[in-house]
Amino acid sequence: MSTAEQDLSEAPLEEALRQQIAAVAQHAEYKRAAGLDALKVVQKRFGYVSDPHLAEVAALLEMTPAELDGVATFYNLIFRRPVGRHVILLCDSVACWVMGERAARAQIRERLGINPGETTADGRFTLLPIVCLGHCDHAPAMMVDEDQHGDLDAERLDAILDRYR
Amino acid sequence: MEKPLTALIQPDGKPLDVAGYERAGGYQALRKALTMAPEAITAEVKRSRLRGRGGGGFSTGRKWEAVPQGADAPRQRYLVVNADEMEPGSFKDRLLLEQTPHQMIESVIIGAFAIQAEIVYIFVRAEYVLAIDRLNRAVVEAEARGYLGANVLGSGFAVSVHVHASGGRYICGESSAMLTALEGRRPLPRARPPRSALSGLWGKPSVVNNVETMCNVPHIIERGADWFLGLSRCDDGGSKLYGFSGRVKRPGLWELPLGTPLNEILEEHAGGMQDGYECRAVLPGGASTAFVMSDSFDVAMDFTSVQKVGSSLGTGNIMALDHRRCPIGLLRNLEHFFAQESCGWCTPCRDGLPWVERILTAIEAGEGEPEDIETLSRHVTFLGPDFTFCDLAPGAMAPLGSGLKHFRAEFEQHISEKRCPWHDTAESWA
Amino acid sequence: MTTFLVDGKAYTAKPDENLLQACLGAGLDLPYFCWHPALGSVGACRQCAVKQYANEADKTGQLVMACMTPIAEGARYSLADPEASSFRASVIEWLMVNHPHDCPVCEEGGECHLQDMTMMTGHAYRRYRFTKRTHRNQDLGPFIKHEMNRCIACYRCVRFYGDYAGGRDLDVFAAHDHVYFGRHADGTLESEFSGNLVEVCPTGVFTDKPFSARYARKWDMRGAPSICSHCGLGCNTTANERAGELRRIVNRYNGEVNGYFLCDRGRFGYGFVNAPDRIRTPLARGADGRQAPISRDDAIARFSALLRAGGRAVGIGSPRASLESNYALRALVGAENFFPGVGAGEDRLLRLVAEILGCGAVHVPSLREVERADAALVLGSDLPDAAPRAALALRQAVRGAGFAHAATVKIPQWQDAAVRTFAGGVRSPLFIATPTATRLDDVAQATLRAAPADIARLGFAIAAVIDPAAPAVANLSDNLVAHARVCAAALLAAERPLIVSGVETGDENVIRAAANIAAALRARGKSVSLMLNVPECNSLGLALMADGQAGFEAALGEPAALVIVLENDLYRRAARPAIEAALGSAHLVVLDHSEGPTSHRAELVLPAASFAESGGTLVSSEGRAQRFYQPIFAENDISEAWRWLRDAGRAADRTTCEGWSTEDDIVAALAGALPRFAAIPRAAPSEEFRITGRRIASEPHRFSGRTAMNAVRNVRELKPPVSADSPFSATMEGFHGKVPPALVPFFWAPSWNSVQSVNKFQAEIGGALEGGDPGVRLLEARAEAALPYYTGVPETFARREGMWFAVVLPRVFGDDEQSARAKPIRERMAPPALVLNGEDATLMGAVSGEVLECEIDGGRQSLALEIHPELPRGMAGIAGLSAKAHALPAWIRITKAERGAA
Ligand SMILES: Cc1cc2nc3c(=O)[nH]c(=O)nc-3n(C[C@H](O)[C@H](O)[C@H](O)COP(=O)(O)O)c2cc1C
Ligand code: SF4
Ligand code: FES
Repeated sequence: MSTAEQDLSEAPLEEALRQQIAAVAQHAEYKRAAGLDALKVVQKRFGYVSDPHLAEVAALLEMTPAELDGVATFYNLIFRRPVGRHVILLCDSVACWVMGERAARAQIRERLGINPGETTADGRFTLLPIVCLGHCDHAPAMMVDEDQHGDLDAERLDAILDRYR
Repeated sequence: MEKPLTALIQPDGKPLDVAGYERAGGYQALRKALTMAPEAITAEVKRSRLRGRGGGGFSTGRKWEAVPQGADAPRQRYLVVNADEMEPGSFKDRLLLEQTPHQMIESVIIGAFAIQAEIVYIFVRAEYVLAIDRLNRAVVEAEARGYLGANVLGSGFAVSVHVHASGGRYICGESSAMLTALEGRRPLPRARPPRSALSGLWGKPSVVNNVETMCNVPHIIERGADWFLGLSRCDDGGSKLYGFSGRVKRPGLWELPLGTPLNEILEEHAGGMQDGYECRAVLPGGASTAFVMSDSFDVAMDFTSVQKVGSSLGTGNIMALDHRRCPIGLLRNLEHFFAQESCGWCTPCRDGLPWVERILTAIEAGEGEPEDIETLSRHVTFLGPDFTFCDLAPGAMAPLGSGLKHFRAEFEQHISEKRCPWHDTAESWA
Repeated sequence: MTTFLVDGKAYTAKPDENLLQACLGAGLDLPYFCWHPALGSVGACRQCAVKQYANEADKTGQLVMACMTPIAEGARYSLADPEASSFRASVIEWLMVNHPHDCPVCEEGGECHLQDMTMMTGHAYRRYRFTKRTHRNQDLGPFIKHEMNRCIACYRCVRFYGDYAGGRDLDVFAAHDHVYFGRHADGTLESEFSGNLVEVCPTGVFTDKPFSARYARKWDMRGAPSICSHCGLGCNTTANERAGELRRIVNRYNGEVNGYFLCDRGRFGYGFVNAPDRIRTPLARGADGRQAPISRDDAIARFSALLRAGGRAVGIGSPRASLESNYALRALVGAENFFPGVGAGEDRLLRLVAEILGCGAVHVPSLREVERADAALVLGSDLPDAAPRAALALRQAVRGAGFAHAATVKIPQWQDAAVRTFAGGVRSPLFIATPTATRLDDVAQATLRAAPADIARLGFAIAAVIDPAAPAVANLSDNLVAHARVCAAALLAAERPLIVSGVETGDENVIRAAANIAAALRARGKSVSLMLNVPECNSLGLALMADGQAGFEAALGEPAALVIVLENDLYRRAARPAIEAALGSAHLVVLDHSEGPTSHRAELVLPAASFAESGGTLVSSEGRAQRFYQPIFAENDISEAWRWLRDAGRAADRTTCEGWSTEDDIVAALAGALPRFAAIPRAAPSEEFRITGRRIASEPHRFSGRTAMNAVRNVRELKPPVSADSPFSATMEGFHGKVPPALVPFFWAPSWNSVQSVNKFQAEIGGALEGGDPGVRLLEARAEAALPYYTGVPETFARREGMWFAVVLPRVFGDDEQSARAKPIRERMAPPALVLNGEDATLMGAVSGEVLECEIDGGRQSLALEIHPELPRGMAGIAGLSAKAHALPAWIRITKAERGAA
């Protein structure tokens, strides 16, 4: 991640995002119900939710940072720390385990030098384990950002990783 | 054989838009439903013996009946569709959401009308990006056609549908936790009583139903309970989306009569096991169902029959354990999942499951101790129904309990030989 | 009553109880964690599992959580069932998986609920052999230490802090076995009730930080029943001593008063007792003009000489001293020369409060009754800052409507999470009218921000809506008319309406208006309660004793030869020039426990006992007379002020204190002399009280090291001190066991070492103590008493050109003289501030934080500006300054400091 990016992810939210969050909150029956959606707006923009951003979102929803963070940290798909440009979610549940998830993980470690929970030195990928993606008929499966990939084998995995820069 | 749920799925994988869906007969059931009394819809659903496809198998009609009706009943009322589908080994709801979004929308409008709910939430797991997108589009289209909104098709009935994308966490699939999640709180399950029908979302009457359950509703309304009962090969009504994953030749999903025997699904639909693999056992309906061993593969896949062989139908998505994978390793994988997905509210689940996982890890690594089996058995009892706050932990114990029974020899072998006989295959693609 | 069977034996309980409560009430030992009598049940920890049987034939039974099970008539349960009891042991085993087993270095050790429950379930052998997860701890500020590894995830902390007390900066984070209880980021816990976490947490996650620095085990400290001396509410506390030092204050359950909880001012405000500026020896001003220590005998001689010298001797009593000491002074100087030691403004307010509450026409509620009010109006009082425990009680009161709503679908009151979900925003009406925002506003149905005069006008108007016979308010704005109607309707619709007001605004009309509303509701046949806050622990007692006598400034108007000041710093109560002028040439004798400007000015200073070295009686704002007892037996000249006064009086041959040997004697004398206090001997048993011929041990059974403690000075074991005034023995010798509730030195019962042992002392779990809650109410309402309407409705508040109407904005930390001397409280005190409405500030060209010059009562103060959007325009709030010393409320001028303008 470039330094410029990083700075922004701690800087006050730009007005457009604030308005987007306000709209999300407006839409909800009760403001706090929009918490997750609002966090996702921030995450989509910055890859993760920094402390200052969390506090800002909380204020927009009339919550305290503690209240919102209690929700944010419960979920595994709200990232509270910086991640790489692309997030690999490698399914580690049972069907994929049977069909070769460990081989996929080993290959990623070999190619990118990262274990689950780690980010490549160039900030390109973060590897995270994910529970069953509902793609068991194409196990082993993974997601990269919002794209789904199934029927992984050695070649397919390499080819897929090459696609994300 | 009729396949009402999947009949409109297109070969190109693109869902019908609203016009295409209408041309194929879509939203006729809704038109019919709006002419009926809400109670009559519920009665028909009850008569159809539609049982919940989310795993619990609860009678949908009875669930709807429990919602207070009448002038002095509390408002709002909510219908929540459980599209969280995070049960490992399950991938059926995704098909319906991605391929038949208008069927989903039509279902919830009828369901909402039956219980007189004004607001519907479809709670979709975050990873189902395509499904969320297609549902949102379908909502917009349906609004434009007057199926949704302040006056549905001029009937005076008002309903709105919101698609909520989750943030991950299996516990959100537990119906009461789903309500807490929708309220923007930490998604902890709730104690019963009171049931959600009395005090659900924001304390108001609410019903939570699974995607597949709901998608049956338009067909029941359109064609009647008797027709629905006739679809199945058992006492309960309807077809069922069965799936198969693992080392089978053709992993996939098929809509078949409820009560189709397991070996028929394996052999005729999944094409049998891949060459060189034998099926020792299956998880018949997801990670929280007990193993069905190969000597019981003639079991009919319906709610009662699967129970008779010591397991449960669950989601009806079957996962094969082949002879080249270590059953202890598989259990360790399952219990890792459950330990990680525990919400952290009640003690046995929060602190028991990680212990179970560590014991299984130790056994798999050849570091098991003879007392471990007793400790695991104790957890099977003490993380069972009634002991824990919700059904997550009992679900976690279903495969473990049956595994301790059926794979006892493998457990003992690991412990006495201090190694895993399968371990060498772990990191290879084979 | 409902009869239920446990392991074949029949017990009874109230039908609305849950099984856990019922079992504890029946004296059975059933372990639990997440349940708390004040917080209700949530069924999380699974520790209270028992078997329930469908009928006599059912031998298998079903496992249920007792805390989540309503008791049913004739129902059968088993605690002993092997499966249930082995499951309960397993629950402990799971909780211990990650627990650090650091009891030897844990402040909770010896009074730990987790230790107790571990022993109770019999879990003793560790089978878990893997690594434990660990957490990072947070700095939570000066009050609370955080050690998350000890956490057993019972969720009580967040349920208390957030759900019960309304705090929003402590929460639970993450999931599964990583759940973390703390703040979003390191920092001071904001709630003024944070200290209760120490007692709410069943293990050592949240511990008392100041105590940690002078730590002793529960079994190594003397305990004395005490009364909090930091506001007017009279919360019951236990004061713990070791080696002559006051170590800590903990809550002492009183079902009618504070229940399970204290505020942080009360818990952490005791530091003055141990402080270096304590007065420990008599001091006399020598020829060189300096104060120097003298002997006790010399002090008495000098004091009595002054008394003998003749001329008018004036006694200035104290709202923070005991009834006994105040009465001793009054007796010494005569009623006509005894003046309450409060400034003129506060004196008028307190006399009014005493007049209204003393007339017997309205019911003065206990805090428990405040909790049960079904509609409440707060007129002028910022409760969270001025009377925090009352704010906590009102926060519970608003839940009443939600409980009732939940009951319609048969959700019992104790099923906490379900009630909160179902009740949603349903609340009993609470209306708050104050000059600016308060931390109770979040649960109010409506708030009004207004100047005191307008708050009074609203109150008068509400009374007039309720009863047209009450004086009407002319020219009321439409807005206020509408508001008054809403309040009146809600109060009339309630069964137990409550009016809360007090001295906070400094405006008597606000109090009069509150009285009128109470009178109007009474006229309409309502059983109304009226609570009037007073600032100090014996403000009401002193006001009742002064009996119409005006405040000390009146006394100083007339020349006196001798002024005796009891436990008071006059400079906090009136402006300095006035005091200097008035004291003039009179001889000044000061009895106090801490140094201050008044003692510095005195000719003779006598070391008075603080609440920790003496016994005494205080009258709370409820009119409840309560006795406190001494935990510290000082080896120095410190003694009760009344003993100094008695001895000086005797030496001067005064007969007024004849026969006063013990506190009981003076209590009896006071009760005989002033009918209003006739009941006070019943506040607690007398000194002669014995059980099986023995005194009550004030040190626990396992007290250790009493020879070693003094060994640096003397290797012989010292003769233990004897309390002349109480039935306590000062040591572990004496009676241990059930004692009268006013005399419980510590809550402790077999198997129950933690504060949860209070269960064993209650007549009903969460209800009254066995034997009745301590204290005696002096102000019971009488049917025949009448409260005439006050007239004289004030004019609408009008802004003045170039001036601001300044009122005091109370602050929980700093306003109270005594607690402001405690180090942890000092750390929580913000610098004094001037508060203005944003528009006013903008017009002045002033910005937040800027230092402005305030001209108050002839003096000048430089204060930093704070902006409160809610404060009415034309008003100024002064926070963090002694209001009384500045004769507020008053019109003041504000100017920009010379350099600030640049
Ligand atoms: C831990 C847990 C996870 C669950 N996850 C799901 C899920 O993802 N989808 C689902 O439909 N039901 C799930 N369920 C079952 C639901 O609680 C509920 O029974 C179901 O949604 C009801 O719908 P139905 O009656 O239509 O089956 C889960 C239950 C538990 C205990
Ligand atoms: S959950 Fe109940 S179950 Fe547990 S103590 Fe808490 S008290 Fe009981
Ligand atoms: S187990 Fe991996 S997609 Fe299902």
